[in-house]
Amino acid sequence: MAKVNRRQFIKISSAFLASSAAASQVFDWPFQVKNAIAEEFLTADRIVPTTCEICFWRCGVDAHVRDEKVYKLTGQANHPLSNGRLCPRGNGGQGLLYDPNRLRHPLIRVTVNGKPQFRKTSWDEALTLIAERFQQITEQYGTESVAMFSHGFGASFFKTLFSAYGIRTFSAPSYAQCRGPRTEAFKLTYGHAVGSPEAIDVANSKYLVLLGSHLGENMHNTAVQDFSKAISRGCKVVVVDPRYSTAASKAEHWLPIKPGTDLALLRSWIHILINEKIYDVEFIENNATGLEELWEGVKDATPEKTYALTGIPVEQIVAVGRDLGRYGSSALIHPGRHVTWYGDDTQRERAIAILNALLGNYQMPGGLIQQEKYSSYKPKFPVARNAGQQFKSRYPFASSVPANEIVEQTISADPYPVKSWFVYGTNLIHSLGDQRATMEAIQNLDFMVAVDVLPAEITGYADVVLPECTYLERYDDLDNRTYRIPYLAIRQPAVAPLYDSKPGHEIARLLSMKMGLPDLFEADIETYLDKQLKEMGSSLSELKKSGVLKKEESDLYRKEGEMLRFKTPSGKIELASQRLKDAGFDAVPQYYPPPENPPGYFRMLYGRAPMHTFGRTANNRVLGELMPENELWVNEIAGHDMKLKHGEYVYLVNQDQVKSRTRIKVRLTQRIRPDAVYLVHGFGHTDPRMEFAFRRGVSDADLVTKLSVDPIMGGTGMNNNFVTFSRT
Amino acid sequence: MSRKKNYAMVIDTRACVGCSACVYACKSENSVPEGFCRDWIEQKIQGSFPNLTMELRSNRCQHCEDAPCVTYCPTGSSHYAGDGTVQIDRDLCTGCKACLAACPYDARYIHPIGYADKCSFCQHRLKKGLQPACVTTCPTDALHLVDLNSNDGIFENLLEDRKTTQDIVHAGTGPKLFWLQ
Repeated sequence: MAKVNRRQFIKISSAFLASSAAASQVFDWPFQVKNAIAEEFLTADRIVPTTCEICFWRCGVDAHVRDEKVYKLTGQANHPLSNGRLCPRGNGGQGLLYDPNRLRHPLIRVTVNGKPQFRKTSWDEALTLIAERFQQITEQYGTESVAMFSHGFGASFFKTLFSAYGIRTFSAPSYAQCRGPRTEAFKLTYGHAVGSPEAIDVANSKYLVLLGSHLGENMHNTAVQDFSKAISRGCKVVVVDPRYSTAASKAEHWLPIKPGTDLALLRSWIHILINEKIYDVEFIENNATGLEELWEGVKDATPEKTYALTGIPVEQIVAVGRDLGRYGSSALIHPGRHVTWYGDDTQRERAIAILNALLGNYQMPGGLIQQEKYSSYKPKFPVARNAGQQFKSRYPFASSVPANEIVEQTISADPYPVKSWFVYGTNLIHSLGDQRATMEAIQNLDFMVAVDVLPAEITGYADVVLPECTYLERYDDLDNRTYRIPYLAIRQPAVAPLYDSKPGHEIARLLSMKMGLPDLFEADIETYLDKQLKEMGSSLSELKKSGVLKKEESDLYRKEGEMLRFKTPSGKIELASQRLKDAGFDAVPQYYPPPENPPGYFRMLYGRAPMHTFGRTANNRVLGELMPENELWVNEIAGHDMKLKHGEYVYLVNQDQVKSRTRIKVRLTQRIRPDAVYLVHGFGHTDPRMEFAFRRGVSDADLVTKLSVDPIMGGTGMNNNFVTFSRT
Repeated sequence: MSRKKNYAMVIDTRACVGCSACVYACKSENSVPEGFCRDWIEQKIQGSFPNLTMELRSNRCQHCEDAPCVTYCPTGSSHYAGDGTVQIDRDLCTGCKACLAACPYDARYIHPIGYADKCSFCQHRLKKGLQPACVTTCPTDALHLVDLNSNDGIFENLLEDRKTTQDIVHAGTGPKLFWLQ
């Protein structure tokens, strides 16, 4: 039986699109007012302190509003994550607010003459439909058949709503497609995660080792502030990266490692520290277990063997290893952030955690530190008693639901069917890798809702699309995360929502009425926030004015002779992990070589650029001005061998003969190894509704057909894909 | 009476990561039209794999002491503002582009409305006691506006123990951007 392609991607829909395209042509950018001179902009009608969401670092921004338009965004002076400064993306936030391609109305998928289309609809109709369909699906298949995917803290209201309704499957690609391996590795070693913002004292490090980290290209504001501070204070930097990154240009040693062999190098440094007894002997004796087993496990990782695996000369391996010993507790091996590379990621992160332990930098200046929350208060919401099954990961150490596993289960329906997705602010088509699986899963769905600001690709597959307003037009929950300076910050609207868009909290509240939970939320968000703030000793009016409240820097460092206790089974830092061993994994990280390049193919590596946040900013006309498309970095000599010309456009074809949908500009450069190519993630959009981003550059996600899944926690390693070039 | 200012800028290329926050902040602050900028990032890469160096620097008008744009401006639009900066009086500018040709640093462009435009060190902010937008936003604290006539020691402290370079000094214009290596 031919499979009916029910969920055909809606490319162009009816009249409302044409009108929005017309609107974009006459759109007057408020920050480029014709005939304006700078002096005219000196005074804002009001300055609204709020929280940025061009990325997920959550800096404090001041929105400068004149004539009800945000014309400028600056860093909030008092906010500990911005310190008055902003990254390029934060500076260009108006480009999202005034993006002419924003979703303007709720949309419902309809079929006209056999063709799927979106029909503009009212909020009432859209939300009624969602409530009805959820009821039907959960009655038929149980509440466990609905899964929610999200990215961003505006998702909290929907999580509250669904938890009260009985839906329990929440997943964020920021776990298994990004930071998950780091979380689990540090929990296995220290009993707690590194957190975000990371609990590391980079600013005070004297010796900093970065592995494939894009600090300086990844512009998490305070992380880069700390990095530059460290450099200015004379910190020595070592960068392990197949590519000469921005960070590498600041480094004393750039180690252009053979991709995929990082764990071998880390093991060798552990070997050197123990073999030469230059680790922190006293700290390890008092606070760690498993040193002997660790030594047994890395005994074979000699610098000579490691050279053969990594291509890093023995002298350099030894020099850095000994420097680590010399700098000791003031040295730091940075745990990284996006770490799903080769499928051995938890073990690689374990090796990083172990190395830091050996340096004795735990709660020491320049090392791993302790952070605190401003307040332990958390609003309480009811959770449904009759909730369905809890999603059970097949990966023993997955503490969050791997998004890729939901995709798999949506296809297999094993052990139970997943029939509906609610997707908040994450473009799964570009974020999950293995698009074929994502598409197949989508075909198996009975119903999908997408909440987004822009017509990202995922919205084209949804049955209902709900236009959320941007971060500059809404309240969200309070930001009360752990940080070295405990703080409490607000996101509040700088201007009223444009078009027929609504804030997430309002959408969730209206939906809660339709879903039979009318008393779940306060009637208005301001009362809700004010009640919470009163519990924390403040008020909404205070926070609306100040934007942020903070306390004295917390106790970052341990005291001399302080007894440490870790939340691991042994109560100590676990250099060898019995838990991993019991689950059938290596107690001490072992190195297994990654697949080699097929002849004529280059390993595809991807990363970040300072002015973009994944695909979320690709359509931002302000940010796109300096970087409208990504380029393919190819080593100059390797490129000449392949007869590539600098500046020409090529398609990429991967090891499974999947061809990129779009073409990319070749950049021949000395700044990368000859066996790898590199591109910035987030380009190559194929939804024509995003007019600026449409078909600019290539999406690496198109070519990540092979996921190397980490057997420990389900992270999807994406760097074992290889590409070659095609002109046609 | 307070001493006259003589503004200059010190730019730390070691701290700078070339992120372009300065460019975007300037564009918003000064409503610079699409396709143009008053400041920009330069990347100087030398060597070949794997022995490479790269310098990142934020660049803009040098506010020269002996500025050819002022010399060659036929209308007196480009002028010394008396605080060490070079400014443009838009009412006097005819958009003739003599200054664009004269500037060794390629720091100017013609605004679509018809006048020459360039970095002003955010003069309107300086007058209010604020720092230029680029300096304020820089996440790496790489940009420093200094007053060369001041005896506050800030300029000297920044340059202490650091190799300092200036651009196209042989043009003899007395540029006032200092790059710390």
